[in-house]
Amino acid sequence: MPSADPARGSATPRPGPAHGGAFHRFMADAARSGTLVVQPRMGFADPARMRAGLLATRGAAATTVGTLTLDSFTRVGDYAAAARAAAQGHPLNGYPLVSMPVATTTGLLDGVHGEDFPVQVRHGSARPGRIVEALIGAGLDATEGGPVSYCLPYGRTSLATSVRAWREACRTLAALRVSGVEPHLESFGGCMLGQLCPPSLLIALSVLEGMFFRQHGLRSVSLSYAQQTSAEQDEEAVHALRALAADHLPDTSWHVVVYAYMGVYPETRTGALALVADAARLAVRTGAARLIVKTAAEAARIPSVAENVTALETATNAARSVRRTAPPPSTGVEEEARALVEAVLGLHDDLGQALIRAFARGYLDVPFCLHPDNAGRTRSVISEQGRLEWSRTGSLPLGPTAAVHSSRRLTSSGLMYALQHVKTRYDAPAVSLARAS
Amino acid sequence: MTRMTGPIAVIAAPTVSRGKPFVYQRHQPPESPPRVVLSTIPSDAHTWNLLFLHLLLEEQGWEVTNLGACVPVDTLVTESAARPPDLIVVSTVNGHGAEEAPALARAVRAVPALVRVPLVIGGKLDTEGSVDPDAHPALTEAGFDAVLIGPNAVPRLLALLDSLSQRGHGRAYADAVR
Ligand code: B12
Repeated sequence: MPSADPARGSATPRPGPAHGGAFHRFMADAARSGTLVVQPRMGFADPARMRAGLLATRGAAATTVGTLTLDSFTRVGDYAAAARAAAQGHPLNGYPLVSMPVATTTGLLDGVHGEDFPVQVRHGSARPGRIVEALIGAGLDATEGGPVSYCLPYGRTSLATSVRAWREACRTLAALRVSGVEPHLESFGGCMLGQLCPPSLLIALSVLEGMFFRQHGLRSVSLSYAQQTSAEQDEEAVHALRALAADHLPDTSWHVVVYAYMGVYPETRTGALALVADAARLAVRTGAARLIVKTAAEAARIPSVAENVTALETATNAARSVRRTAPPPSTGVEEEARALVEAVLGLHDDLGQALIRAFARGYLDVPFCLHPDNAGRTRSVISEQGRLEWSRTGSLPLGPTAAVHSSRRLTSSGLMYALQHVKTRYDAPAVSLARAS
Repeated sequence: MTRMTGPIAVIAAPTVSRGKPFVYQRHQPPESPPRVVLSTIPSDAHTWNLLFLHLLLEEQGWEVTNLGACVPVDTLVTESAARPPDLIVVSTVNGHGAEEAPALARAVRAVPALVRVPLVIGGKLDTEGSVDPDAHPALTEAGFDAVLIGPNAVPRLLALLDSLSQRGHGRAYADAVR
């Protein structure tokens, strides 16, 4: 099977392969040795705390890479509000990269970030220009996003604006290759709104964004997949993602990154850690190279450094207990994902234009997404078997049989029931345990 | 009090549009229903909370204008002032509410037509997971009538809706939120 080894194909088609690029190199080495790399979603406004968080991530009993998760003001481009809050010592939900003096960022990274511990910037901005400039300015070479996945879930910026901004951002990042640094970009397409999006659409979006990155000059990318409601369906999905990536990303170094569940999270510590452990098992069984964890504080607040370390180590321990396995019997996830990708590719040679047209026609349509550029004609349901299925396919190019057509009206309690499916399952044992003692 | 859900049953077409809010078409109700503007703070992208509250408010018989994610304060003020609603609900969970919402409340209260419109906020308002409604006095000082957080938040909102629709639109809201 075509390998997900990031080293493969990294002898780039352009003159002179890029030898630098801390994140790219680290992932290539880890994939070669088959070690699962684990990574937090961590960000604090206070630079000292941010540095302590990175040091603790590096020191965890796990193979780790570091993260600067940026705050919401920075994500929406309100750099003044981020600067004001930081200057007043107010807490934020992430590190305000753009508003901080470069020296503050290089200072907090000094002696922490390097070949043996690369740091990636995770944000959630449909207009990432300033963020990309700031991360390059701070000596970093890896980030995350995508024209669709950092647009639809992250605000009201139009898809067309996001496509333009992401094209520019990709080119800025890709320009690092001239100086011998191989920049790395991860698609958030395998997550979208975090929950209730059937796997085939997540796979298609991840692959299409990876292709968009490649079209605009990047040669080291990762494709994401967020754990959903059924372990078996998720395994099938990650294998499908790898198969599509192998076909659609030639001359590109790529790997798969699994996200621990991104929807409403268990409240109990036991439930939360069991869920991240299952995500780690999913990653190993499917040959994914990297896992982004969630912590026991997820349901309530921004996690502490210690809670992040516990999550990283819990995941690593769980990963040790399993090994890579063959894909489960197909239920058609790969075929559906291929149909979506091919329909989009048929719309325009320029992937950005193809994506815009696909959303306008409803070929791509994310269930429950309120963004004005999403058609809003699809709907999903969690089946009796706990699998995430289409209940309405709208204009998705999937053929008439893909959905169990449902005329059930959406109610607040019905929505809540679906949103809490995973949380309920993982919290239940912990709650009954507490009652018993 | 349960009324018909209205066509959100079929979550069709975009539920919000940029700038101009999309209002769900309702079957013509017997009397004109109370109206609520549902919003979030400018930096908050979360929408599952908005979708949930939208459905809940409609099920209670309210006509909902859902302004969607990352609502600029200007948009909220302009939309509300154009046709003052009977209630403004701000929902935010990203942890920036305590920081960003006071300015929102001051901007709403600065508009004469909106001085007396009941204005409530709820969700996850800071990054520490506070669930004590009294944790953020700055919010009420800035003009919010109620801060609805913690396990009782939704029941308190439902109680507020009941008393608002019983008392007639927008009257005696100060009593209603207490
Ligand atoms: C899904 C999710 C996302 C999705 C959102 C997609 C979308 N467009 O909606 C994605 C992955 C994109 C995302 C992004 C981010 N997220 Co998020 N997200 C979640 C998650 C996992 C579930 C939220 C959810 O679906 N809830 C379902 C709804 C129905 O419940 P709810 O929102 O809690 O609302 C309930 C109550 O709070 C209450 N309520 C809410 N508002 C109001 C208002 C009133 C008046 C009343 C009465 C009640 C009320 O009623 C609801 C029903 O009980 C939560 C953690 C969790 N809960 O497990 C984090 C969480 C909310 N996210 C968080 C953060 C910080 C972010 C980011 C900033 C990234 C980051 N730094 O980690 C970005 C947002 C960027 C931005 N500009 O804001 C934090 C907030 C931290 C805090 N408050 O301290 C959380 C808690 C995770 C965490 N522990 O770090 N997120």
